[in-house]
Formats: sequence, C-alpha cells, structure tokens
Amino acid sequence: MSQPLPTPLHRSRSHESAVGHVTGKARYVDDLPEPPGLLHAAVVPSSTAKGRIVSRSAEAARAVPGVLGVFFADDIPGTNRIGPIVHDEPLLAEDTVSFHGQALALVVAETREAARAAAAKVVVTVEAETPLLDFDQAIEQGSFTTDAHVIARGDVEAALDGSHLVIEAEARVGYQDHFYLETHGALAVPNEGGVHITSSTQHPTEVQREAARILGLPAAAVVCQVSRLGGGFGGKESQASPYACMAALAAHKLDRPVKLVLKRHEDMAWTGNRHAFLGKYRAGFDADGRFVGFAVHIYSQGGWSTDLSGAVMDRALFHLDNAYRIPALRFEGRVVRTNLPSNTAFRGFGGPQGVAVVEDAMERAAAALGIDPVELRRRNYYEEGDACPYGQVLSEVRLQRIHDELVASSDYTARRAAIDAFNAGSRWVKRGIGFSPVKFGISFTASLLNQAGALVLVYSDGSVQLNHGGTEMGQGLYTKMLAVAADTLGVELDRVRHMPTATDKVPNTSATAASSGTDLNGAAVRAACETVRERMRPVAADMLGCAPDAVRFADGACHGPSGSVPFADVANLCWVKQISLSSTGYYATPGIAYDPKAGRGTPFFYFAYGAALTEVEVDARTGQHGVRRVDILHDVGDSLVPSIDRGQVEGAYVQGLGWLTVEEVIYDDAGRMVTHGPSTYKIPAVGDVPPEFYVNLLDEAPQPGVIGGSKAVGEPPFLHAFSAVAALRHAIGAYGDGAVELSLPATHEAVLRAVEAVKRG
Amino acid sequence: MIRFTLNGRTVEAQASPNTTLLDYLRQDLALTGTKEGCAEGDCGACTVAMLDTEGANGPVWRAINSCLTLLPMVHGRELVTVEGLADGEGLHPAQAAVVERLASQCGYCTPGVVMSLFEACYRGDLDDEAARDDQMCGNLCRCTGYRPIKEAVAAVGGCRPKDRFAARLAESGGWQAASWERQDERWAAPTEFGPLFDAVERGARVVCGATDLGLLVTQRGQRFADLVSVEGLPGFKDLRVEDDGTAHIGAAVPLTDLEAFASDALPVVARMLRFFGSRQIKHRATLGGNLCNASPIGDMAPVLLALDAEVVLRSRGGERLLPLSEFFLDYRKTALAPGEVLAAVRVPPLANGARTAAFKVSRRREMDISAVALGARVELVDGRVSAVRLGFGGMAATPARATLLEGALVGEPWTEAAVEAVLPLLAQQFSPLSDHRGSAWYRSTVAANLVRAFVEETAEATFRALPQRPLSTVVEPAGGAK
Repeated sequence: MSQPLPTPLHRSRSHESAVGHVTGKARYVDDLPEPPGLLHAAVVPSSTAKGRIVSRSAEAARAVPGVLGVFFADDIPGTNRIGPIVHDEPLLAEDTVSFHGQALALVVAETREAARAAAAKVVVTVEAETPLLDFDQAIEQGSFTTDAHVIARGDVEAALDGSHLVIEAEARVGYQDHFYLETHGALAVPNEGGVHITSSTQHPTEVQREAARILGLPAAAVVCQVSRLGGGFGGKESQASPYACMAALAAHKLDRPVKLVLKRHEDMAWTGNRHAFLGKYRAGFDADGRFVGFAVHIYSQGGWSTDLSGAVMDRALFHLDNAYRIPALRFEGRVVRTNLPSNTAFRGFGGPQGVAVVEDAMERAAAALGIDPVELRRRNYYEEGDACPYGQVLSEVRLQRIHDELVASSDYTARRAAIDAFNAGSRWVKRGIGFSPVKFGISFTASLLNQAGALVLVYSDGSVQLNHGGTEMGQGLYTKMLAVAADTLGVELDRVRHMPTATDKVPNTSATAASSGTDLNGAAVRAACETVRERMRPVAADMLGCAPDAVRFADGACHGPSGSVPFADVANLCWVKQISLSSTGYYATPGIAYDPKAGRGTPFFYFAYGAALTEVEVDARTGQHGVRRVDILHDVGDSLVPSIDRGQVEGAYVQGLGWLTVEEVIYDDAGRMVTHGPSTYKIPAVGDVPPEFYVNLLDEAPQPGVIGGSKAVGEPPFLHAFSAVAALRHAIGAYGDGAVELSLPATHEAVLRAVEAVKRG
Repeated sequence: MIRFTLNGRTVEAQASPNTTLLDYLRQDLALTGTKEGCAEGDCGACTVAMLDTEGANGPVWRAINSCLTLLPMVHGRELVTVEGLADGEGLHPAQAAVVERLASQCGYCTPGVVMSLFEACYRGDLDDEAARDDQMCGNLCRCTGYRPIKEAVAAVGGCRPKDRFAARLAESGGWQAASWERQDERWAAPTEFGPLFDAVERGARVVCGATDLGLLVTQRGQRFADLVSVEGLPGFKDLRVEDDGTAHIGAAVPLTDLEAFASDALPVVARMLRFFGSRQIKHRATLGGNLCNASPIGDMAPVLLALDAEVVLRSRGGERLLPLSEFFLDYRKTALAPGEVLAAVRVPPLANGARTAAFKVSRRREMDISAVALGARVELVDGRVSAVRLGFGGMAATPARATLLEGALVGEPWTEAAVEAVLPLLAQQFSPLSDHRGSAWYRSTVAANLVRAFVEETAEATFRALPQRPLSTVVEPAGGAK
C-alpha cells in the first residue's frame, strides 16, 4: 500500500476570512464600494401595535431636500405579500397595522440623513385598536396561527395514572434577540429591467423569490448575492427578505442603486426573536425514576404573522423527549398569534424550547425522588433500536458513551460532594453543579428542503472557483467547503477561491439553517468536484502512463504509481483536449419523510449528541451568579475542521447561557420593545466566560453517510446551557427546604426570588 | 478645519461638529473596516485607537468608541484604525493573535476586538485576569463565546512590540484643543477660562468625552448648535493627592487615569470603576461628566457621597465648594448655577481606621448600568459607629444618602444584629422604581442586603479589593465564606 496522501480535511485551521476580518478588508453589505448615484432608504415604522390606517400623507416628506421617492403599499408593482411559507406579510402596510414597528412606507433620498429626516415626516394616521400582547391572554382567547400538531404514542392517561410520581408543572422560556453584530442590510442595483441584490441573508433564494414577487418579475430577473454575514443565528433566515425587498423596490422604481441598512434599535425592535414558549405538562415516573408517561401542551409566542413559527413548533415537539425514552406520551403544540413582531428562527429552532420542558421535569423528578439528577438522566437514555415519539428508530446512539466519558473526565461525583460540603459551610454563597444531555435531530423538518447544489470551475492554470448554495455567517462553512473541494480535487487549499454565494450560480437553494450547511453543501461540492476530477482522470492517466484507477489526486498533483504531474498541467491539457472543467453538483438527503397529520415519520437523517456539566456560584444577597467551570463533550462525528467545530460549541454554549441566564426582551404595555439596544439588552460579555471551559469533541465517532464522516454542529451545542440552569437549581436548593421555583431567564433577580422562596420553605 | 493624523497621514476635515468619528471614517473616508454595531458605545465594533500624549501616566494609546466621538474632539490627535495596523503583509501582533486562535467567526466585531487588543499590546499593567477582562469587556462578540479572545489578550497584553506605534509613545505633549465654527454650528474647545465662560454664558452645551452626549446625537438624532469642550482647560486634568491627603480630581480626567490613580489613592473608587463601563468608555468618560449628568444611576456618585466628596464649581466670578450631597437637586437636575461649570472633585482623606466598600448590582457584571449601587463608609470608636455614609444609586430620583439609616446607626455597635434592628429605615426612606433593570422589590431587597454585606465585609477588615473574577459584588473574606 502506498502512503496516505495529505488531505486538508480533519485538520484545524483558521477561518478562511480571518485575515480579512482583522485587517478590515472583509466587506459586509454596508462596506461595499458605493455605486455611483447610490440612494439611501429609510423605513417609516408604525407607532401603534394594532389599528386601521385611515390616511397617509407624504407631502412633508417629499418636500425634504434630497428626497426622491416615498412609497406605500399601492406603489408595489407586483404582489404586496411576503413570508417564507405562508405569504401573509404585506411588505408595506395596507389597511391595517398589526404590530409596533411595522413598515408603513419607505422613503428614499440622496443621503441617509435626508431619508431618515423625511421618514419622520411621513404622516400615517392610524385608528388605534386594543392590541393583543399577552401570551396567556392570547391562549385563553384562542388566538392561534396554526392548527394543533399532535404527536402521541400509547395511552398516556393510563400511564400517568399508574405512575409512582406525577409532576404537574409549567415551564416557560423567554425570547432572545439574535444580536448578530451586523444589522439587517441590503444593497439593490437595477440591472436592465432586473435587479441585483446584495443582502445580509441566510437565504439568498428566498430574497430572490420574494423580491421577484414584490416586483412582479420572474425569478430569473433577480439575483441575490451574499459574500458574508456579520452573524445570522437564524435571524436572517426569513427576516432579511423584507429589507432586501424594500431596497429592490426602491431601486426598481427609481432605476438607481438603493441601500437600506437598519440601525441597531430598528433591527431589534422591528424584527422577531427566538419564540418564547409555555409548556404545561404532566410527567409520570416510576419509583426508580424511569419515565412512564409525558403529556405536554406547548404554546409559542408567534407574533403577528406566520413566518417560520409552524416549523419552529414542529422542532419543539420533536425535542420534547430530548435524550429520553418515554413509553407513553402525548405532545400537542400550537402557535399563538399576537400583535408583536413575528418571532422567527434562532439557533435550535424550537429544539431548545422543547428540551426546556423535559429538562424541567427531570430536575423536579430528581428532587422529588431523591435521585441524583445525573443518575436519573442516565436511567432514561435512549438505546440502540428505540423509537422516538414520532416513530423514527434510533441507531448509532452515543448517549451512554458520552455520559460515561464526561462524568469521568469532569470528576462529577467528587465535585458534587465537595460542593455540598462547601455549601454546608457557607451562609450567603452557594455552589451548584448541573448536567444536561442533548440529542438533536439533523435535517430540515420540511423534508424537501434537504437539498443543495454546487458549481465548481477549474481553470486551465489549475486554480479553482467554488460556488454552492450555503452562506457564510461566521460558522466556518466556507472554511469547510474549501477543505472539501481541495480534498476532492487534490489541490492545495490556496488554489481554491471561494466565490460569494449567489443565486445566478446555484439556483433554488435552501436557507443556510438547521445546522445543515456543511452536510448538504459539502455533499454537493464533493459531487461537483468529483465530476470534474473524473473527467480529468483519464488525461492524467495518459500523462502518467498508468491506468486511470491508479491515479490519485492530492496535494496539488496527480500521482501515478511511478511519478506525479502537477494538477495545473492536467487542467491545461484538459482544456487543450476540449474537456469541460466545470460542473454542478447536487445532493438530496435520502430516506427522510414526515407526515405531520399522523405525527409519524423519519424527519431526521441522524442525531447529534452531547452532554455538559456546569458549575455555578450564587450570592443570596443579590442573586448574582456566575459560571465557575464547564465541561462539554460533544459529538460532531469526525470533525472536518476541529478548530471551527470547537468554536461552534463554545459560542453556542455561551449564547445559550445568555438566553437562559441574562438576556431578557421586554415589551411595554403598548407593544413597544423596551430593550432595543445593547445598553438595555445584555448579551454575555468577556467576563461571563467560564474561567474553566473544557470542550472536547467525541473521538473516533464517524457518522455514516455524511461528508467526511462529520456531523452538523451549529445548533446542538446551544442546548448545553441547560446544564447551567440545573446547576443554578442545585445551588438555590442549598439555601433551604423549599421547592426550587426558578423562572427563566434566570437573571439575578429571578435567582434572588427563587432563593427567598426556598428559604421560606 | 479639523486636522488630525490617521494611520500616519494627515486628514483635513470639513464636517459638522455633530459628525461622529465613525461616520466620518466610513462615509467620508471610505474606511469601512471600522464597524457600526450599535452606535451607543456598548458593543465596541467601532473601536479605534487614539494617541493621548497628555495621559496622567505618560503617552498612551487609548481604545475609544468612534461612534460616540465627535469629530472635533480628534483635532490635533493621532488615530489608528484597523486598516492601519498591518505592515504590508505582516500582521500586527494584535491581528495575528486573532487569526491564530480563531478569535473571529463572523468577523464583524473583530476590527473592534483587534483595536482593543492593539491597546493591550502597549499596556504595561495587564498582568492579571481582571485587568484583561476589563480591557476587553467593551467588545461584544456573539459568535465565539470569548474563550479565544481571552486567550488572545493574555497572549499579547503587554507584549510591547518595538514598532512604529511604540515609537509614537515617545511623544509627549503637543496636543492643543482648538475652536472652530461651521455654518450655524459652533465648537469651542478653549484653553483659557475667558472663552469658556463666554460660551457657557451664551448657553453652549458643555461636553468632554461625549460618552453620554454622543448618544443624543446617534440615538435621538439631536444636533447641537453650540458645544463647548472642557478637555483643554488648564487644571481640568489635574490628578493629585495634596499634602493633607485630599485627592483632587480634575473634571476632565479620563476615568481610566482615575482608575489607575485610585488603585492606591482611593481603592474604594477603583473598586467601583472596575465595573463601570468599558475600557473604551472610561478612556473618554470623566468624573465631571458622570456627576453633571446627574443620573440616578451614575455609579461614581454613590462612592463619592460615601467619601464626603466636594465639588469645585467655577464661574467667571471664581470658585465655590459644595458638598456633593448638596449637588443633586432632582432627577437630572444639579446645583450648577447658570454660567458655572464643575471644575474638579475633592475627596477628603479617610480617617484612620475608616472602613469602606463599593457595591454594584446590575443585570450583567461588566458594561452595564446599575440596578442598585452602594458606596459605603463607616468609622468606629470603641466598636460603635461614630460616622457612617451610605450613598445609593438606583434607589431614588438622584443618587442619595440613606440619611435615616445613617442617623440611626450612629452610636450603635457595628454588628449584624444592631444594623438589622434599624435596617427597616431604608425602606422608609426609599421607594425605588420598577423598570427593566430591576423591580422595586429587587432594588429594595438588594439595597438592604448590601448594607448587611457592608457590615460583614468590614467586620474584620477596613477594605476588601475585588478578586480577579468576582461573581458577586460582595467580596468574601480570603479563604472562602463563613
């Protein structure tokens, strides 16, 4: 056997744009060189959460020097309806207003300042009505966006009747603002009847489709291009489209380039959050702490429109079991409609909200039964061949292995004892240690979306351009795709140039979402590269004087049994011999399907697993708390780029910690967001990082059927932050004999309230 | 004409004094490496470095928020942006540290992170984790979870590369404030008191670092027709301990300089400053601004109230001294008379054996506004209270002393039981508001607990410095809690 040739896969490396990031040369939408004649747009937002529009006037706005256009719904040449699944959102309000901040009109001017000044002078008179804002009130009134989605198995009532312990409780989780550092923005340039849009979007195809619909153009007349996003996290999956459409509308109407970039407070106030959820549940356990039955009703705060709320709810339902085998169950979920901004995708996409319910049940059951909460979870893990609530049979279950490795490496048992001893001797300050496992389903739950395309172009000098449908938002997708392309073609990494993602290169793409970017696009990139490589193979074989099968492509050369030729020479000869050096590649995930009416199917190609252990400290004088140490073991299969995956795991944990312990979106009684800037909405800062932060990727864990044996990583580690909630509960419980009732987010105030309640007994 | 040096070149700007440095960089100079993340000084994506040859401890590179810096403030200054760091293909250590450690993901916060790391490279006092966290806490990152950023600052902090930026630190002095006008907008930066009072008397708005006033420009769209900066006035950056032990703090001293000064001279002030804003904010914010702003949640007032500080109020007619406790009249209303400016703060020396502490409780420890802050001082004679000051923020319309409780404590033993007996007086004096920073219940409960914490912290020590990475505002005795 010959020596294995070097591959760029499975090696740590820096982010492909890192040098651009640190020199300021990496450009985002608002950094692009401004085309001549560029105009700036500003949105006129509603200052009422609900009402009927009785009049509009743009006279004063048009009189502002530099203003070139003021557009209302009537000015839209196509259909004034957008929305990712159900087209139920007017781009510009028509007769009614449905939330505070809704776009009523668009003002376009020669400068940003003029556009904003004029926007403030557009008069839209709204006859205000009483908005529906309160979550519980909306549930009571039956204000729903979706029909109930039910997943059931066995006779849950009988199972609960026969349980040794039944916990009946409510679990609530709050909103989370995405707080990507780059706000929404788009630059639209008219292009001979069509329009070219550069957008900070995770979903260029949706921008293309929606802009086409708004303008009354065929999709082919619209191009959407994305170089990179300054963070997305789901917030730019569906909700980048409105602003891209507005820029496109203005560019199309005025035949001038138009840019629209939101200010931070606009972005936060007008766009949706992670959905807040309410879970009402009854959980039955036997005396050994094994799950017997679980009956759950969950509701999500959907806001004013459908957006992705239905799919977010689906994923919440799919994750109500988390890692646990539950013999009898009934899960029902419904999206609530209110007069608030429409909530949307956010890392985990409902999964974390579902897991919040079952982890709440686990914590309460452990306390009630007097069983160590880590042990209680271990007793309930899925095993090979078990079926999920919706019928999917599990294989390659790695829960027990991860559990055992993490419990050992983190020294859990000894540390728990040490913490209990510390707590016994400490009056104000108590510590806690908490654990949470995760099993996260990988695939878009709308099965048809699991497809991707790529386009690879090899030039006669051996350099390569790479295109695919995924967007780069910091997660390292481009870094991984470059490695896949270089590995497949056998060229050096620096010979491959990653092109901006664009709908004129790869059509009909899915959003870069659902943690699927690498799995789907990686397989498509590999397919495209293989097609070109296999065309090159006979040429290389001729040059090397060997059989085609004997040629290996690696490290910038084609290697035969007795010599090598540079890849560039082979490419050049292919051109001379009139052999095509470009190809598309395509991939669709096999074997997945789900029937929502029946609540049965195989929605996921596979599952990602992991577990986390967090140690916290609480001060009962102020409720202040902080993380002392985190241990995470996470399953990313055979990591394509371990340094990138580690960054995903760490970043996800801290983002989850933010959601569960500090970040709080607050609306006032008029439906206006109070926390619309970083001065009032606090995401974790550098001092919140655990001083001891141990992240390990599961060794020797290839995932069959996935590019390079790897696994999706974007969302699953977000759920590790539940271990911090468990740790806080442990610490709070040390203050007295009362039950731990900790509301989320577990802010300092929430913790102090819980401590006071525990002390009262 | 505003003239400054940017990445080694001279820039001459004709722009409104209400233009922010960030907008000028991005829109007029097309230097788009520096990003706008929030335009309120909270995210740090806009961070650039400014050479300050007037620093209390010699010339320094200061990381500042360009989003809150008004363009005339950089007149005569030297600035570096992220575009100016690399030497050809060679990355600056601050940049290389990020690339090597994957401290950038989406990259949007990165230019700001790099500029904070840039400052860190030239600091000589970043030996401990607390200082490094403080250096970076003004840079929000939503992607990485900060671990690689922490490693980057640990790696390059204080590395002092011998490069062209280090060479600039050999400069000293030379900066000269300047006044100028444009259309209907005036910017005065007098270096003498006559023109200062001309401006103040005609109603010009007084500004120094604009870390608060800048928000009115970026968030509320206000444009100021007449601004007067006190940054260049003689004596306004004085920072000294006088012979009798009084600390004299000029109104325009950057809070970072005060923080360094206070670590020896006024440790309780330094303790509060650790969790006061970010490095970038503290480089431009001043004590004068913090007090004149008269916010009920300004964090320096509670400490200074506890220390019986006085303010020096200066007008054309001369100076007067006023106890700080008489300075705050009502919500955002001070005792400044028309034509008067706050020139300095004077903090009398602590009595021998005086015990002090400062507490700040906010939603997030770093870079956040208080729900409740407490500055506290007690003096004991034979174990009984002879004097006590409890200055609170967040409990009333102004920073305020808990005078009822203070009065009841005098003569009592400094014990938990004795304090507990009169602690209900706190609730009698204060009826705090509920808002997004905390409910009235939370503020009241925490305020009382902080008094308890003060008693406990000072039972056996006169002062406790913050540990490296405090989780709580209360400092436990070394060796763990009781």
